[in-house]
Amino acid sequence: MIHLEKRPQPSKFWAGLTPVLAVIATMIAGGFMFWMLGKAPLEAIRTIFWDPLFHETFGPYSRPQLLVKAAPLILIAVGLSLGFRAGIWNIGAEGQYIMGAICGAGVGLAFYPSESILIFPAMVLAGALGGWAWAMIPGLLKVRFGTNEILVSLMLVYVAENLLASVSQGLLKNPEGMGFPGSRNFRDFPAAYNTELISGTGMHWGVAAAFVAVIFAYVLLTRHMLGFQVRLTGEAPRAARFAGVNPTRLILFCLGTSGALAGLAGLFEVSGPSGQVTIDFNSGYGFTAIIVAFLGRLHPIGILLAGLLMALTYIGGELAQLMLGLPGAAIQMFQGMLMFFLLAMDVLSHYRIRFNKTATA
Amino acid sequence: MDLSQINPLLLLASLMVAATPILLAAIGEAVVEKAGVLNLGVEGMMITGAVVGFAIGVNTGSPAVGFVAAAVAGAALSMLFGVLVLYLMSNQVATGLGLTLFGLGLSSLIGKPYEGMKAPSMAKWDIPLLSDIPVLGPILFRHDPMVYVSLIIVTATWYVLTRTRAGLILRGVGENHDAAHALGYKVVRVRLMAIAFGGACAGLGGAYVSLVRVPQWVEGMTAGAGWIALAIVVFASWRPWRVLLGAYLFGGITVLQLNLQAAGAAIPVEILAMSPYVVTILVLVVISLRGQHGAPGSLGRIFHATH
Repeated sequence: MIHLEKRPQPSKFWAGLTPVLAVIATMIAGGFMFWMLGKAPLEAIRTIFWDPLFHETFGPYSRPQLLVKAAPLILIAVGLSLGFRAGIWNIGAEGQYIMGAICGAGVGLAFYPSESILIFPAMVLAGALGGWAWAMIPGLLKVRFGTNEILVSLMLVYVAENLLASVSQGLLKNPEGMGFPGSRNFRDFPAAYNTELISGTGMHWGVAAAFVAVIFAYVLLTRHMLGFQVRLTGEAPRAARFAGVNPTRLILFCLGTSGALAGLAGLFEVSGPSGQVTIDFNSGYGFTAIIVAFLGRLHPIGILLAGLLMALTYIGGELAQLMLGLPGAAIQMFQGMLMFFLLAMDVLSHYRIRFNKTATA
Repeated sequence: MDLSQINPLLLLASLMVAATPILLAAIGEAVVEKAGVLNLGVEGMMITGAVVGFAIGVNTGSPAVGFVAAAVAGAALSMLFGVLVLYLMSNQVATGLGLTLFGLGLSSLIGKPYEGMKAPSMAKWDIPLLSDIPVLGPILFRHDPMVYVSLIIVTATWYVLTRTRAGLILRGVGENHDAAHALGYKVVRVRLMAIAFGGACAGLGGAYVSLVRVPQWVEGMTAGAGWIALAIVVFASWRPWRVLLGAYLFGGITVLQLNLQAAGAAIPVEILAMSPYVVTILVLVVISLRGQHGAPGSLGRIFHATH
């Protein structure tokens, strides 16, 4: 008879080990899935996790992509992790990401074809504000009326997607685009283009922002009062109330920060790698970032590593699509599986497994 | 804009069709939440039901078999959630989200070969005599069987929850799982059954979208219906009849905006298309103004029996 015994404190050892175990388990289960799809499992795993970095011909092309894909995931996930720790569930990061991109790109395009160096900073500011404002909707509704932030933030994703469809065919449409939907391409607008800072590395301003966000979050959580309040609220809500934590402030801070970071991610993406506002420039980073946040154990350093790993599955997935004809959706499922294994293995850090011969009633 | 193109009778009749997927998903989730479990994976189970129902429906040529398969698929997927949440004590919010992400991936993987195919058509039931009643007949009594099945499920849920011993135990488990456990009720078993029921209902709802409402398989076709179902459960204060009311109100808005789009209203298409989501937010705000009445006491809490 197996039974579980709650640990007085979550085990640090297992908390560190479970993500690794989850990744291994996902590789095994994923290999099985690839085998069912009629692909050689080991080859598929190697194509996804090894070839993007070390393959002779593809490596030089895909290595820079690692940072390009990881940056938005890390930026968004760092923001989300603050709220998740405090039990504030912003799951509408995708919407905030879109709104950040629309606002930031809108500011840039409004000044076309100016060459002022202030344009890009203004866009960054507008992007952060756009995401922040979109996240403030569930935030204010929660603190004012007690409305469920999960549902509101998610509904706003669909609203944002419709707004994106509207502006890319109307307000922000390229006047010289011969009627095609989509805005002007930022590649032809140097003052507003999120350029590669070190050529051949994929390092753009968004990557820099992601690293800064990781450092800030780390300092906040380990050295700052607000970070302590975030952790306290998540681990012992009652104690937090007695300790005088102001829940209103905390909710607005967590939602606002995650919104602003998601907005930044959107702006950096639209003005750089994607290049223009189109109806489908967003590629679901806002949702994948939820997995990244959990895979990184809601810890800034963990999220940094998790973001890189998840970016690898994106690039490797594309490569596997090209080389082995693996369906793109298989990668999405792969990522979903990772989340499940992670949650399942969490039991090891919160509980002890005990084996005893006779069950006591 | 030509409002005279909108036929109020057809509007009311299509309202029931538009509301059925959400109604099915929401009534299932209401039972799950009554048992004290918050499953945010409704969207994932719906989309899986949609693709499995469609695939089986196309392969067998029978929508009925498709619906059964969709219910089984939804329930099977929900068991994944159930095992994680009930036996491995994982966080319900995170696991539900994971289920949705997993379901979206799974469905697009299964659905690829079926894109562009047409669903086998489902015969409408013209209920004899009743369907000939002027005005009410075409609105209420000329639908496909699933519309009536959904109404039967709502009625049965109401009856079981409020009038039977099984319903009392389920609600007890949801209100206070420690007390229910102390009284000797099998908390985990009751919840597992509730979750399976919720999954089956969500699967049926999804299959209704792909087999009847659209009727085609398109990736991501449930477009947030599962999340709206979750909102409707809150709107309904966890009561079956109010779930019906909420789903039909919502169906009404959906149908109205689609009709306005077709009639060429002066309002941009995107504004109309986002209206159901905006209305859902407004409804949630109004509901929370009133206070969260009727939320089960143990909703979302982890149950761990120490002995």
